[in-house]
Amino acid sequence: MTHAPMTSPVARVRRRLSGRTASAAAIVIAVVWTVPTAGLLVSSLRPEEQIKTTGWWSFFTDPTMTLRNYDEVLFGRPSSGQLASYFVNSFVIAVPTMVFVVTLAALAAYALAWTRFPGRDWLFVGIFALQIVPLQMSLVPLLRLFSEGVAIGGVEVMPPWDLQGAFQFTTVWLAHTVFGLPLGIFLMHNFVAQLPHSLVEAARADGAGHGVIFRRVVLPLIVPALVSLAIFQFLWVWNDLLVALIFAGGNVEVAPLTVRLAEMAGTRGDEWQRLTAGAFVSMIVPLIVFFSLQRYFVRGLLAGSMKG
Amino acid sequence: MAKIVLDGVDKVYSGGVKAVDDLNLEITDGEFMVLVGPSGCGKSTALRMIAGLEEITDGELFIGDQVVNDRPPKDRDIAMVFQNYALYPHMSVEQNLAFGLKLRKISKSEIKRRVDEAAAMLGLAPYLKRKPAALSGGQRQRVAMGRAIVREPQAFLMDEPLSNLDAKLRVQMRASLNQLHERLGVTTVYVTHDQVEAMTLGDRVAVLRDGRLQQVDTPKNLFDNPVNLFVAGFIGSPAMNFVGAEMQQDGDAAVLKFADHTLPVPHATLSERPRLRDYFGRQIILGIRPSDFDDASLFPNGGTAMEVTADITEELGTEINVIFGIDAPPVQHEEAAALAADAAGDGELEAAAMPLSGNKSVFTARVNPRSNVRPGGTLELAVDTTQLHYFDKESGLAIGHPANR
Repeated sequence: MTHAPMTSPVARVRRRLSGRTASAAAIVIAVVWTVPTAGLLVSSLRPEEQIKTTGWWSFFTDPTMTLRNYDEVLFGRPSSGQLASYFVNSFVIAVPTMVFVVTLAALAAYALAWTRFPGRDWLFVGIFALQIVPLQMSLVPLLRLFSEGVAIGGVEVMPPWDLQGAFQFTTVWLAHTVFGLPLGIFLMHNFVAQLPHSLVEAARADGAGHGVIFRRVVLPLIVPALVSLAIFQFLWVWNDLLVALIFAGGNVEVAPLTVRLAEMAGTRGDEWQRLTAGAFVSMIVPLIVFFSLQRYFVRGLLAGSMKG
Repeated sequence: MAKIVLDGVDKVYSGGVKAVDDLNLEITDGEFMVLVGPSGCGKSTALRMIAGLEEITDGELFIGDQVVNDRPPKDRDIAMVFQNYALYPHMSVEQNLAFGLKLRKISKSEIKRRVDEAAAMLGLAPYLKRKPAALSGGQRQRVAMGRAIVREPQAFLMDEPLSNLDAKLRVQMRASLNQLHERLGVTTVYVTHDQVEAMTLGDRVAVLRDGRLQQVDTPKNLFDNPVNLFVAGFIGSPAMNFVGAEMQQDGDAAVLKFADHTLPVPHATLSERPRLRDYFGRQIILGIRPSDFDDASLFPNGGTAMEVTADITEELGTEINVIFGIDAPPVQHEEAAALAADAAGDGELEAAAMPLSGNKSVFTARVNPRSNVRPGGTLELAVDTTQLHYFDKESGLAIGHPANR
């Protein structure tokens, strides 16, 4: 090494992670992870008979391409997939949830970091501790809350939520928001609490109250963290099967893509041409999100670990 | 503009730490008041209580004629300048300046007038569209000042605003601060740990230690008539020299004896401070400013002389600091110890912290640059005995000081 020795632990880790061996390992991992995905993409574009008779790699010797599979799963008869409406459902579930989580997490993080009220630290510890509770634990109680309401000593405090039609999304939104908030608040808090004290104090001396400080000073400065959280939350909800299955069921009105795909794999496990196309339809959104917002991913992962 | 009055103000933190203890201070309209003291003396806490960023535990705070204890910062009409500037990083210089005005619903034309005026005054006009990240330290500092100026507040509160600048820039900014105050005449409370800043900027200077006010006075009075050992040692650079000395009556006058030196106490001093007579035959702590020494060979009629051996000489061009040992044990007093601790942390009062010569007192004399003194050589030092400082050995208070009667 001709460089001056880097002594800080961060520098050492960085050096090791960018070394030749590490890079080679990273490339191997990337290839191993990508090949099945590429195979899926290729398969989804091949005609039905070929998929069922030969492996996807024979595509390179006998390239026949068709979009029939996609047409069928997206817009075909209900039995063949009808994924287009489930695709829309996925968005209707993921986008509002993302907005709720990001908004509430940012507000809560500000309150926990910059306002003083008794029990603040305990509240934060409590929220942090909630991350330890597996969400499976709360599925049944939450579902009962929605379907039976709450009664204390025979007095009905909250009636059952007998939701119909599009209102059925409400329970899914609520469930996802509740499950997403602890981590969201924790991440946002780390970021918000790192803003310099004097910045908030300067705003107070300038005549700003909490509302103005949050909107005009804090919010613009935590945009990168907000975007990271939004991405993570969106992807998490988009890829979720368990919560959606329990709170939305398999109904075409509200069920998201993941639920439909699982169903197709179960009931139509031999119709590979539809499964591959369907899987790719559900993957395309995460892929677009990842590639277009890549730089925020890295920042989001580092949130709280470094200053600035 | 308004006066600011602190009436018995206390600050007790939740752990029971008393950061500010019964602070009484009256800052008159248009005055430049500097709060100075070593780190942890409560000066910043006091300022933050005036700003409303810190709750007042006890006592009353007046701005103008009103008690403002329970008012939030925005209703106190004060502007604050922070040590690290605290500029809003996502706003341009112009937006930074205008932020406080917009919140106060001031008309657009008026905002523009004030921003332009302040920018012109501070030389910021070319940078109005830039973000703080694209400015140098000095420019950021000026933006921070500008943000306070455009507000046209009752008072400016400044928390060590120059301490993040390099030495040269700090001297420049100090001068511009002085000019600015002359021009605007706004009541200003300024916190610093740098006694040079305090002396050059303040109309009056308040010295704090451990949350207690030691003395408030004009810089010259603080220097000439410090109320106790702490103020005497804190104000002035190089710091005042201290030594234990015995006061003896000598006919109508008196003499001070320490090590193998004898200094006369002028008759005028005794009549001015009759309390000194109570100390005849007793030990006191004697304080001599480095600037009250000079090379006797250059001033043959310079009064009483002491012969010393120079250990170190620091030639600064405009003066020579001569550091020498006095064959008497260093002064043991908690205030002297506090000063030494502060000096060790700051590295400014180098002589006090130097383990130079075991059980000797280390003295510094500031002599004329034409002196021929060399390290290791002997030197006849003339002492201006009219400027000696006398402190009680137990209490550390200046003997005969008007405040200690």
